[in-house]
Amino acid sequence: MELAPFLVSLRLGAWVTILLLVVCFPLAWAFARARAGWTVFLEALTSLPLVLAPTVLGFYLLVALSPRSPVGAFFQSTFGLRIAFSFVGIVVGGCVSGLPFMLTSLKTGILGVSPGLLEASYTLGKGRLRTILRIVIPNMRAALFAGIVTTYAHAIGEFGIVLMIGGSIPGVTKTVSIAVYEHVEALDFSGAQVYSIALVAASYVAILALLFMQRRGARR
Amino acid sequence: MLSFYLVKQLRAGKRRFCLELEYDLPEGGFLGVRGPSGSGKTTLVRCLAGLDRPDAGHLRVGKDVWYDSSTNVFIRPQGRRVGYVAQDYALFPNMTVLGNLLYANPDRDTAARLLELVRLDAQAHQFPRELSGGQRQRTALARALARGPELLLLDEPLSALDEELREELGEELLRIQRTTGITAVMVSHSKAEVSRLCSEVLELRGGALDGERLAVY
Repeated sequence: MELAPFLVSLRLGAWVTILLLVVCFPLAWAFARARAGWTVFLEALTSLPLVLAPTVLGFYLLVALSPRSPVGAFFQSTFGLRIAFSFVGIVVGGCVSGLPFMLTSLKTGILGVSPGLLEASYTLGKGRLRTILRIVIPNMRAALFAGIVTTYAHAIGEFGIVLMIGGSIPGVTKTVSIAVYEHVEALDFSGAQVYSIALVAASYVAILALLFMQRRGARR
Repeated sequence: MLSFYLVKQLRAGKRRFCLELEYDLPEGGFLGVRGPSGSGKTTLVRCLAGLDRPDAGHLRVGKDVWYDSSTNVFIRPQGRRVGYVAQDYALFPNMTVLGNLLYANPDRDTAARLLELVRLDAQAHQFPRELSGGQRQRTALARALARGPELLLLDEPLSALDEELREELGEELLRIQRTTGITAVMVSHSKAEVSRLCSEVLELRGGALDGERLAVY
């Protein structure tokens, strides 16, 4: 059993989770609090990865980010950064695929914080950033944790979109789920079993942690 | 002194009406605003707090102009020195009683003095979920006073309490308002309550004003 696919998966999960936390919070805030009607169209767009086949998403990402595309060519010529078939590529793919998981959790969390608490904070002289850091985030911990766990678990298990945009480069883009696929393709079921058991165990622990957190939250 | 003339279009169900109020309250006065549901009581308090923006008018507290439609001045809630007690008290669940006060004002001496004033010294390290309704109300009041506001706004502060507690905490509220000498506006749907506690009473009927001045003290 190689260790590299595990390391790639764990790194991928960490990057995707951190990036999505940063990107999704303002988006979730807008979706939860904005009164403008147009946000629903953007929200529908961000939910597409839930229903679209990962291979379709991966295909479009590959087309959009390959060195021959305007975006891919721009990144390559300006930053010397190759997106397709690189670790950056699978992070982008993981982010697109995990977007609705993080977004839904954060939006639920933000909606769970009463607007009255925000208003109370404003009347106490506090600005929006301080209110978010001291009032909103501490009072949506369970949703935040759910977002982190589900996004991370989803990212380390992602297959279709990662394979399409990243291929299977050992130590770079070959994740555990791709390793499972390759072992099955080679009829090495015992090899596939080892990786699969690890993925099942990691997912089970993640869900278990989530449920414990929710129970703890419910008791409060 | 609190002086306002506020105009705001409101909707109560399918009914639309215009809330148009003008009032001058002397410094240290306690104004009670009474009226049925949907008459604009809460909107008035929210406009005074800066949480809602009126359509037109002006609002002055002492020498400060907080709102003036003619010069396009609108001071946001953060810039107004108000103490606001919401109907559900809006205590921060992630903070203790003391934490709620320190969030408003980090000065520990002020927090200790206010906890003594509202008789919550023993509950300082409890979380809002561990408090009774009356203790929550008093915490919200202490927190609202922590910044040393020029104007105290109370939106149905007693409505969530049972009859006995309402009376007791109403007296407590009056004692604190008199002790601090703060100018206060309280909204309530109970005529008896505002008549008993407030020095002046406004009666709202769908935005129209029936002014009556009661001398309670």
